[in-house]
Amino acid sequence: MKIDLHTLGPLVALVALVILGAALNSAFLAPANITNVLARSAFIGLIAVGMTFVITAGGLDLSVGSMAAFLAGIAIIAMNAALPTTGLNWGTVLVGMGVAILGGIAAGYLNGALVTKARIEPFIVTLGTMGIFRSLVTWLADGGTLSLDYGLRTLYRPVYYSGIGWITWPIIVFAIVAILGEWTMRHSRFGRHVEAIGSNDRVARYSAIDVNRMRLLTYVLLGVLVGLAVVLYVPRLGSASGSTGVLWELEAIAAVIIGGTALKGGRGRVWGTVVGVLILSLIDNILNLADLVSPYLNGAIQGVIIVLAVVLQREKRTAEER
Amino acid sequence: MKRRSLMKAAALMAAMGIAAPAVAQEAEKKIIGVSIPSATHGFMGGLNWHAQDTIKRLGAAYPNLEFVLSTAGDPAKQVNDIEDMMATRNIDALVVLPFESEPLTAPVKAVKDAGKFVTVVDRGLSQEGIEDLYVAGDNTAFGRVAGEYFKENLEPGAKVVVLRGIPTTLDNERVDAFRAALEGSEVEILDMQHGNWNRDDAFAVMQDYLAKYPQIDAVWAADDDMAIGVLEAISAANRQDEMWVIGGAGMKEIVKRIMEGDKQLPVNVTYPPALISSAIEMTALNFVSNAPMTGRFIISSQLITPENAEQFYYPDSPF
Repeated sequence: MKIDLHTLGPLVALVALVILGAALNSAFLAPANITNVLARSAFIGLIAVGMTFVITAGGLDLSVGSMAAFLAGIAIIAMNAALPTTGLNWGTVLVGMGVAILGGIAAGYLNGALVTKARIEPFIVTLGTMGIFRSLVTWLADGGTLSLDYGLRTLYRPVYYSGIGWITWPIIVFAIVAILGEWTMRHSRFGRHVEAIGSNDRVARYSAIDVNRMRLLTYVLLGVLVGLAVVLYVPRLGSASGSTGVLWELEAIAAVIIGGTALKGGRGRVWGTVVGVLILSLIDNILNLADLVSPYLNGAIQGVIIVLAVVLQREKRTAEER
Repeated sequence: MKRRSLMKAAALMAAMGIAAPAVAQEAEKKIIGVSIPSATHGFMGGLNWHAQDTIKRLGAAYPNLEFVLSTAGDPAKQVNDIEDMMATRNIDALVVLPFESEPLTAPVKAVKDAGKFVTVVDRGLSQEGIEDLYVAGDNTAFGRVAGEYFKENLEPGAKVVVLRGIPTTLDNERVDAFRAALEGSEVEILDMQHGNWNRDDAFAVMQDYLAKYPQIDAVWAADDDMAIGVLEAISAANRQDEMWVIGGAGMKEIVKRIMEGDKQLPVNVTYPPALISSAIEMTALNFVSNAPMTGRFIISSQLITPENAEQFYYPDSPF
């Protein structure tokens, strides 16, 4: 019972939010609203699942929001450039998807290599690449907005807006990635190694774990998931600019911490991250649906809930240590 | 090297019989510093483009004018930029679009106290009487023109939702004027939430409006970036035929759709990013002409309709 309450904390908060939302506005539980909230959560959700691995291994990545904007930018440029030769078909869209995913691998590898090979603090590395990616997309867009060709947009649009019934593709992808992520963290060798490195990397090294390679892999995995998020993001508005993905990194990190993963590493909980992501998007949604407080205070409410969620866990942890 | 060639040119001109005073004036170099926020969203992107474009053009037209352009991502960096311009480039004039009024007031006043010509653009300083020239868009008119259009084109009992920008005085002025213009009409404002002049935020806010309100007749998106997000949310909910959307600032994609007579986007209200060009040009004229260039210059907000849209369409600008 004692342990259950501790791990189930975020879940209890989520259920409480759902009940609150339903009580405040009957439109809250309508399928259309649920679809909206889940689909919107998918971008941060995919990134946060990857972030769970990076943080669990004792790392951090501040560049993911800028990286998403940059990948969206180059994917749009690639599709627009390929259009005259490949024509208006799914092949061209696949080119864009490929560019986003491969770009994600490259960007994640860059972060990971700087952390593991050049041995620079992850905070500093990713603070640097955050600025680099953000400037690059602003530069590519000439300070404005990169827009996908109208015909391609129409073709690509269903990737965000359609799906199986009211369960749209972003929701499906998010669910699959979450399940795979949870399985990997709990049952695969990679997941165990990541947790071992995060709790004590020296011991992990003595246990013949290739610490640097595993760390590098967590950043590459995160890069791939950022690329996947971009694949789903581009069809939504068909554009990217310097203001795309601003603060996504902090939302992703907040979701990971709310979910019960330790910021200092060593203990990762992917399902908790998923709950954290849902909590964050539900707060936004409920604040919009119900005129509870002045919109000026939305940020404050979010802040209070994030801190509360972490405080609950912290109290539990110190109690255990005693 | 430069001075020698200038003297050579002067000698040559004198030899050719050109009046000497004109040559003296030519030789006097004036440096104009331009400090603006960096291109973080569509409107500022347009403003950056117009600033660079104007500087290039004026630099070619007036060889004795030199420009220093810096863009800043936050108020602290902008203060540093201005201090650097004073210390290392010894500017003769400053054109500044303050990131925020309060933190920039003292540094800009220091420039003025040093005897430089100061032009303040768009956002006033928190102390009056510092600047020589004030160039700005008209935020009150921006809200009023939109509000009047809503009042005239909606039936009594119509319901409207509003997306606000980043919480600032500028946004408050617009929204207050919009409210005032609607006063006395039977049009009801259902909700006002912040979309932060951002496409993604506006998309999410509009989705929630659509979930919350079964009847919406019109949307004041107050910015064209937000209008794009709003339109996408409306079409995802399949409610395109129920409501129209008014953005603002005259983004080229939106102006084009107005030109084509899009029913969802009947009109738009200008708040031209090219106002920075007016400011730079007028500051330059202060040094190259006798025309008096001090005072306040307010650029009015106009209604873009399908009939006049063509004159507001700049296909080369990124905005």
